[in-house]
Amino acid sequence: MAEERITDIGPPNYEQFLPPIIKKNYGKWDYHEILKPGVMVHVAESGDKIFTVRAGSPRLLAVTTIRNFADIADKYCDGHLRFTSRNNVEFLLSDESKIEPLIAEIEEYGFPIGGMGNCISNIVHTQGWVHCHSAASDASGVVKSVMDELMPHFQNMDLPAKLRVAYACCLNMCGAVHCSDIAILGVHTRAPVIEHDDLPKMCEIPTLVASCPTGAIRPATVDGVNSVEIVEEQCMYCGNCYTVCPAVKINNAKTDGISIWVGGKVSNSRVAPKFSKLAIPFIPNNPPRWPEVVEAVMNIINVYAENAKKHERMGEWIDRIGWPKFFELTGIEFTKYHIDDFKHAGETYTRTAQLRH
Amino acid sequence: MTEMKYKTPLLDELEKGPWPSFVKEMKKEAHKPMVQDAIGQLERSYEEHISHWKHGGLVGVMGYGGGVIGRYSDLPEEFPEVAAFHTHRVNQPSAWFYTSDALRTLCDIWERHGSGLTNMHGSTGDIVFLGSTTEEIEPLFADLTKHGFDLGGSGSNMRTPSCCVGPARCEWACYDTLDACYNITQEFQDELHRPFFPYKYKFKFAGCPNDCVASIARSDCSVMGTWRDEIQVNQAAVLEYAKTVDIEEEICDLCPTRCVEWDGKTLEIDNANCVKCMHCINVMPKALKPGKDRGATILIGGKAPIIGGALLCSVFVPFLEMDPESDYEDLKELTEAIWDLWGEHGKMRERTGEFIQRVGLSNFLEEIGLDPVPEMVMAPRSNPYIFFDDEIFETDE
Repeated sequence: MAEERITDIGPPNYEQFLPPIIKKNYGKWDYHEILKPGVMVHVAESGDKIFTVRAGSPRLLAVTTIRNFADIADKYCDGHLRFTSRNNVEFLLSDESKIEPLIAEIEEYGFPIGGMGNCISNIVHTQGWVHCHSAASDASGVVKSVMDELMPHFQNMDLPAKLRVAYACCLNMCGAVHCSDIAILGVHTRAPVIEHDDLPKMCEIPTLVASCPTGAIRPATVDGVNSVEIVEEQCMYCGNCYTVCPAVKINNAKTDGISIWVGGKVSNSRVAPKFSKLAIPFIPNNPPRWPEVVEAVMNIINVYAENAKKHERMGEWIDRIGWPKFFELTGIEFTKYHIDDFKHAGETYTRTAQLRH
Repeated sequence: MTEMKYKTPLLDELEKGPWPSFVKEMKKEAHKPMVQDAIGQLERSYEEHISHWKHGGLVGVMGYGGGVIGRYSDLPEEFPEVAAFHTHRVNQPSAWFYTSDALRTLCDIWERHGSGLTNMHGSTGDIVFLGSTTEEIEPLFADLTKHGFDLGGSGSNMRTPSCCVGPARCEWACYDTLDACYNITQEFQDELHRPFFPYKYKFKFAGCPNDCVASIARSDCSVMGTWRDEIQVNQAAVLEYAKTVDIEEEICDLCPTRCVEWDGKTLEIDNANCVKCMHCINVMPKALKPGKDRGATILIGGKAPIIGGALLCSVFVPFLEMDPESDYEDLKELTEAIWDLWGEHGKMRERTGEFIQRVGLSNFLEEIGLDPVPEMVMAPRSNPYIFFDDEIFETDE
């Protein structure tokens, strides 16, 4: 007889994976302290201590690497580790004397320690050309190129405040890039090309028409085939139609590229969460290392690090000095693309004469 | 090391440099023919500046509508081993805690059925297995469930909920994020696996307003820990911090409501005006702690741009008790009311936040039976275009 099919069991209960010291002090932590970059201690009301060593990862991990992490966790952490919301790996120890040998072994294996406190943590990112259909650029390659340069800011706590960088390879934004200090965003810049012969075989026309946020897609008969047409002036290249219908080709090797956004945050500390705003509308794709993107990101970070006050996130700094000053200090050109023309666009117009001259 | 099937001079560049390399990761599994072809196709994308993946075609496991995302090469003749190379989302344990044995189990399962390439983790929180053939989908699922794991969400369903590290290792957790996340995930298994919503619905559980899981930006339902009594102050520890922190400049001046005062000896907080921003607590974790009367603020409707523009969540319930003993009945009741209304009237691919904007927050609240409170808005309306009901003429007895 066949084995009974198991479904709807949900995830395993987390309790079985918690270290004993966490089970004992669950909800009874007193305070924490960052001992040095990438290492912190949490002290419980009972006096118990748990040490965390944080390592950066490329998110895309081979099972070979994960098994190696498991071996390291066995050797130093009684087999206990976790991952963070920014794709870092955290090794959890109760024996302080094992911290340095643990760090040495992780670094020897090629993974950097850091990402804590006023620094740049890992870049959350999407799949890109590694595994996504609608990517306007690669994700892992851009992230790798940027992080190679940002490493000192990952390994040190030398910035005015936390600086969160995120990357998404299209407007779908499978990473929370829209609320990041610096968001790197892949963009399409031309309306999709329709493959009329394939469209009726692959797609439902009403669904396709409904998928367009600006109503730019209309049913049309093309060479006797039931298909659609696109009002190009209305298209803002979101690619939602492509996700609904693969015959509407949004990807374009010549015109896809990258944009850069700044000043967003999600935490409520000091000022409310806010969206990232456009800094650079378009940089052409230049694999394998995207040097123009790396340079643009480094420039913004350097100007911020030199000018922001302690505790000031990117967006708070810009709000204090004003956007004209941001463009002046960074040398980034302000263009017509920076002025919003979508829904609620008027909310961002300056409706006061309070200006710095 | 395994001999590489294709020359990849562009990708090889990305093996250099100090940050860990995803190309090295891919090459570690190059003993699998499908990984060789995935690398070959990626090099082609680097040469041509374009993705060579296609999506579509319904793939999945029997009885589920989500969890597996169909992925195909658009160059199947050149890269036959990745003609089908599907993504699997596996529901992660709360707060991404693992034992080494659990990780090895996952690695063994994935090595048996797919590429051996993963994301730890995907943007929503799932363990992501990158790349299997269509034939392996059902055997992989059987292997996962046999070892206590299940698939996560994809498509128009409840997506895999996720949570911060919470009370497991954080003194600021105002409720048990791990338990709430696990409880809600188990309660709504049907909604997680079988898409019948207008579009996706995401839950994120953050233990405090620092929001380490970005719940306000990335979920339809943000359950954000907070408190409503006084910040706990250890004055001796404040004095200790005063040696290294300029309390006037770094704490008092940066408080959004200027409710903190410091006279060089004692820190005074006007708690009635504290908006729980966490700044002072973040700067002096040994001296300050959230209050003891803890719960969560429930915020609804956050999302990324697709389709009608990005939205942050907005306040629905200013304070909700999150006692695990309650089985989170209030949160579940609110969720079901939202799903009923949005499920019936939401347009296809319309997220809750967009739906609320279309029908109006006051109409939405009325339908789900929630009273309007001033915490829900930054300010009352400034335009006089009010749609009045007859009830405006009713007088209180």
